[in-house]
Amino acid sequence: MDILERIKEQVTANPVIIYMKGTPKMPQCGFSSRAAQALQACGIPFAYVNVLADEEILVNLPRFANWPTFPQIYVKGELIGGCDITLELHQKGELKQMLEQAVV
Amino acid sequence: MSEQRITLMKEKLALLQPLQLEITDDSHHHAGHAGADNGGHFSLLIKSDQFVGKNLVQRHRMVYDALGDLMQTQIHALSIRALTPNE
Repeated sequence: MDILERIKEQVTANPVIIYMKGTPKMPQCGFSSRAAQALQACGIPFAYVNVLADEEILVNLPRFANWPTFPQIYVKGELIGGCDITLELHQKGELKQMLEQAVV
Repeated sequence: MSEQRITLMKEKLALLQPLQLEITDDSHHHAGHAGADNGGHFSLLIKSDQFVGKNLVQRHRMVYDALGDLMQTQIHALSIRALTPNE
């Protein structure tokens, strides 16, 4: 399968998914760590992809989303942002609401 | 090195006609960690009329687009606050 199709399938199949450096338990980057913590704090299950363990995704995700950095957080197939936006949504109390609606 | 990078970033971001633009070099917080050598860590506060009516994803994309290849060559990590004049 083409890599962009594979990514498309991942973000469609998982209502909430984070592409991050490392894993939620063993993050390899401060930005990925903070974004994953915000998702965990919402108490909604989410999928993750460790981009450091999948070079094809590491290289191609930026062009899939026209977004050059990691982490990237997708809700219902849409990029909601990276670390800054996710933390901002979390602080405003909007993140939990978005995630809850996504998994209904 | 760091000041050169900030100057380059400011030149690129002039495209967004910022009313306020503050760039902070956070690289010293990350010295020695993986990837820290291929570019600096920066925080950016930018205020522009061009963000009016744009959501956060669109605003951040505008910043990334303006920075262009600096994202690959000079910047390892970038924290962005993109505001409209009224925010």
